[in-house]
Amino acid sequence: MPFVNNVPFFSIFIAMLGGIVMPLIKNGRIALRVTEAAAAIIGVLSAWLLCAVVASGESFTYMMGHFPAPWGNELRAGPLEAMMALAFCMIMILGLEGGRRDMFDDISAHKQNSYCLMLNLLLASVLALVYTNDVFTAYVFIEINAISACGIVMARRFGNSLVAAVRYLVISCVGSGLFLMGIVLLYTCTGQLLMPGMDTAVQALAASGEYRVPLLIAVALVAVGLSIKSALFPFYGWLPNAYASATTSGSAVQAGLISKGYVILFIKLIYRVFTLEVMRDLHILQALFVMGLSGMIIASIRAYQEQSTKRMLGFSSAAQIAYIFMGIGLGTHEGMVAACYQILAHTITKPLLFTSAGMLIRSAHGSKNLHDLRGTARKNPLAGVGFTIGGLSLCGLPLLAGFAAKYYLGVAAMGDPKKMLFALLVLAGSSVLNAMYYLPAIVGIWFPADKGAAEPLAEEREDKGFILSTAVFIGLNIFLGVAIGPMIKLIELGLSLL
Amino acid sequence: MKNKSLLHRFVDWVNGDVADDRPGNIRTVGSLPEAKPPKEKPEHTDPLRHLNRQIAAYRVSAVLVCVSLMLALTYTVLCLPTYNDPSAPTNNEVSQRYVEQGMEETGAVNTVAGMILDYRAFDTFGESTVLFTATAAVLFITLSKHTKEWTERGPFADSSKDPILQVVGKILLPMIFVYGIYVVLNGHLSPGGGFSGGAVLGGGLILASSMFGQKKMVRVLSANVTTGLSVACLLAYAAMKGYSFFTGANHVGWEIPKGTPGDILSSGFILPLNICVGIIVACTMFSFYSLFSQVEEE
Amino acid sequence: MLDLQTLIDMRYQVVAVILFCIGFATLFLHPNLIKKVIGLNLMDSAVFLMLAAVGYIDGGKAPIIVDGITDASYYINPVPGGLVLTGIVVAVSTTALFLALIQRLYYMYHTLNLDEILLLAKRSEHY
Repeated sequence: MPFVNNVPFFSIFIAMLGGIVMPLIKNGRIALRVTEAAAAIIGVLSAWLLCAVVASGESFTYMMGHFPAPWGNELRAGPLEAMMALAFCMIMILGLEGGRRDMFDDISAHKQNSYCLMLNLLLASVLALVYTNDVFTAYVFIEINAISACGIVMARRFGNSLVAAVRYLVISCVGSGLFLMGIVLLYTCTGQLLMPGMDTAVQALAASGEYRVPLLIAVALVAVGLSIKSALFPFYGWLPNAYASATTSGSAVQAGLISKGYVILFIKLIYRVFTLEVMRDLHILQALFVMGLSGMIIASIRAYQEQSTKRMLGFSSAAQIAYIFMGIGLGTHEGMVAACYQILAHTITKPLLFTSAGMLIRSAHGSKNLHDLRGTARKNPLAGVGFTIGGLSLCGLPLLAGFAAKYYLGVAAMGDPKKMLFALLVLAGSSVLNAMYYLPAIVGIWFPADKGAAEPLAEEREDKGFILSTAVFIGLNIFLGVAIGPMIKLIELGLSLL
Repeated sequence: MKNKSLLHRFVDWVNGDVADDRPGNIRTVGSLPEAKPPKEKPEHTDPLRHLNRQIAAYRVSAVLVCVSLMLALTYTVLCLPTYNDPSAPTNNEVSQRYVEQGMEETGAVNTVAGMILDYRAFDTFGESTVLFTATAAVLFITLSKHTKEWTERGPFADSSKDPILQVVGKILLPMIFVYGIYVVLNGHLSPGGGFSGGAVLGGGLILASSMFGQKKMVRVLSANVTTGLSVACLLAYAAMKGYSFFTGANHVGWEIPKGTPGDILSSGFILPLNICVGIIVACTMFSFYSLFSQVEEE
Repeated sequence: MLDLQTLIDMRYQVVAVILFCIGFATLFLHPNLIKKVIGLNLMDSAVFLMLAAVGYIDGGKAPIIVDGITDASYYINPVPGGLVLTGIVVAVSTTALFLALIQRLYYMYHTLNLDEILLLAKRSEHY
């Protein structure tokens, strides 16, 4: 076995160890550096892994211990997993760098290490969700993810963030309870917990028609549990408050990582266990498609009505997640590719919006209301540029990541004559809605309310971390918007090797 | 105002100069809802009525959700393999190997211990990390700079003077600790293991802290000490399991001697792992108890 | 399929499922936070009951090898036992975090009703 195959195991362990040693580091700055260093090491390893698996053209399983598939825990990695791990590590570093100042201001000094602990464990759990080959391991790490995300939400520890945290905890307990019931039912009718054993059993059950009802309910429970956790349309109520009450880097990391980890797990489960055919037979993909379509419209309308910048971004995230589920709901291979592209596009765009919005909010002396952000981009032009690029990308401006994702979603929708009309109409409608709330915000931040008033230049000393992170975010955004062909090829390779 | 061109409207909207007059559109970039003229209604009646309506809606939807889910799941369960059916899909090669070869492959007589600490050890590592994360999160919320040293409240506020507690506690405490340690150390031989033994030990610590008073107890086992112990044990766990994951996956050999199954010093890493897990669980239980009884100064 | 005999045979699973739904509805819909925690625990315990019932084989011994008998049919299935153990630990952790949050919220708003807390929080909104 080549040594590079150890990377998934190393990645998860480095992130977990980074979290475990945090209580020993009392200084917040060092804790942040350690967190970033851990993410950077994992990122480099993931890039190496990505190159190796693309070169070899095959994915591999990794035994966690001495025992193979149906007996011991396993990890599995291929191009898609490696790419997602790389993206998540980059978001982690960039989000932390971009929101560094807010983190030191918002979180009291003796708690900064605990905050970094939560971030590390969040990364570890998302990586484990991406790499795992075992359904029950996924459940355990879903819980780590929920607890650490809750810790990030309540980090600022005033009334609203505690309320947001408790709502988040309730809804995520509901989600993981349903997921657990689903996997218990699956275990009962297949007798397997690892994906490779479970897939043959599920295939056999679907073919023979035995246990059809339990299979349907189990798959439905898993799907509902994961979509609650990833804030799909009817279950997105917790998301805006959770994102809004976290500190800037927390919001960025949450928007980039949390729901995406669950979606990747769901895609893995669909490909490796349930298969698209079975999902289609059980009519679950259709339900997801409808939920995705409604989410795209309704969450956008809610975002349009929102006054607070960060809550608006939160509702917009819910809409973008609905796009992903719409892609999955198409039930075709192209739909899945488009969904993966949308995951990547959103995962790099939304953190950029959150870090820029955090900076703009600083320029507006902490007021989060959209109205008070008028003209702030003049004070902090880079944050303005970041917000503009991010917003335009989500509106679907060509050459940016959001456009590429939407374009490919549209192309994928063409493949299914029955769903094409709805998908395209809703896609167009949702894009218009996106433009209706992002454009005024973008215009607003560049033009001060009282015209002609001379704006003072930014007084604050230049924040190198923010400059770096914004530049890299914008670069990534343009890269994803331009390099559509190679990225699609990579995702297709990844999906075929899942 | 209705005759304005679209561009003008857009400009006004962006500027926030004019509140949007279209009915049903509450988006007003310019004017805050709070900045609107004071409402005529007294403020407290509206939310209360809203609340009552919500509660009624809750009740109805609770019953509906509950009943429909119940029916669906009951029907599902009736289609499942029958209760205590030896040929059910769960009784397959997986459990068979755990039972039949578990003893020679892991060295543990207790099959469940062998399963969770060797075959599926990664799950268990995740599980210990869940506990650790929860402790850190609870510490994160409860601990603040303004926290009073210790405020003793509740049923055990003055328990350090309670004669019954003192006498019974003095008899029970040694037994509880001995039993807990026995359960932890014999995890690979008999029912129990790190989690159950750790819970027993944690209960003992809680009893001790209500006997001696938290002030004294915290001098010995402060939050720093419990966290430090948990971190050390988790690191030890990670080191041991990391070694066995790495060697197992890379097929390097270097196996840990299993010893004779049934001996106390057998089954490779399972005994030290159980000790680590036991300490983590005991520390977690005790720190939950002590953190919850802290009161923040107003 | 829906005859009484199956219902009696599957009594543990049926009870587990009913408990699960009660817990689910309480967690999801009851406004009282403490009852939400109770609902969460009910839900988790129901899943554990279900797992325990899945693993049981009539006459099987606890899966601890005694007297060198290593025949799988002599013992009950060890897998659900391990899963329940993991599940319990996870449930304990979530419950602790939940309770800690509730304690903080109670100090802040002097109520346990989530709706009232939401209203109070909205009034002092700083977003």
